[in-house]
Amino acid sequence: MSDNTTIPALAPQPFPLREVTPWAIFGLIIGLIALYFIGLEQGALALFEGATIHEFVHDARHLLGFPCH
Amino acid sequence: MIGQLLMRGLLAGLVAGILAFCFAYVFGEPSVDAAIVFEEQMAAAEPADPGAIEEEPLVSRPVQSSWGLLTGILILSVGLGGVFAILFACAYGRLGALSAAQASLLLAAIGFISFSLVPWLKYPANPPASTFDDTIVYRTDLYFLILAISLALGYGAWMLRQQLLPGLGAWNASVIAGLGYVVAVAVVFLIMPAVNETPETFPATVLWEFRIASLGIQFVLWAGIGLVFGSLAGRVLDRDGTSRIAAA
Repeated sequence: MSDNTTIPALAPQPFPLREVTPWAIFGLIIGLIALYFIGLEQGALALFEGATIHEFVHDARHLLGFPCH
Repeated sequence: MIGQLLMRGLLAGLVAGILAFCFAYVFGEPSVDAAIVFEEQMAAAEPADPGAIEEEPLVSRPVQSSWGLLTGILILSVGLGGVFAILFACAYGRLGALSAAQASLLLAAIGFISFSLVPWLKYPANPPASTFDDTIVYRTDLYFLILAISLALGYGAWMLRQQLLPGLGAWNASVIAGLGYVVAVAVVFLIMPAVNETPETFPATVLWEFRIASLGIQFVLWAGIGLVFGSLAGRVLDRDGTSRIAAA
């Protein structure tokens, strides 16, 4: 009984990693953009001029633990 | 199939984000307001700058503490929920004989520790007026550095566990990998510089309440994602462990 297909139903078959890779890359990029705008924009770095984004997410930035003024 | 998991991850992130917002609004906002009162007292005590013009704030306090807070938390929580679902798709079936709900809770606990708790222990959240304005770049660098190190060490601990698994069994391999993670984090904490900029007159209770509320928000976020996603994913995956492969 060394056949892989007969392992008990309790140990579920993993997804092949090749199938997950494109999702993982896309998810990582979207996650980094989100982190940037909540945590960094118009604080340590600034793509847009002014402080409106910073001021709008101000409380979330502080309370989520990102460094702020 | 992974698309279905991602959809459920985003949904779990949305639910967890709304819960975390309620927690933040009730337990976090009072200390933000108290810190801003302190900030204004400090500014009032300084000699008035004759050139300064009283400016209308860009975003009002009520908007900051409601829609702004909700938006910021939801962007983070829905994003985390999505990334969580992808990580879950990698981990499910590789964690031993765990059901979808158990695997989801375990993954959420690991996420809370490595993404939230460890960075918070070294560089805890700071309320307004408790740090210097001109060190923001330095503090941001340190924060994202400890975040990256903590996630890398978490991954390293996972790899160590997988290495030890065949020889030592699941329990011993997990305990040794966990201890390894704790020791490595302790060494990093000792090496990395401390940040202590809080003015001596800053009210200690406000600082304490703010930091505990901040950790509480992260806990609600991860607990919400782990529980909701586990329940939703279980309905798709546990029905039949093999039909999943056929459908994919």
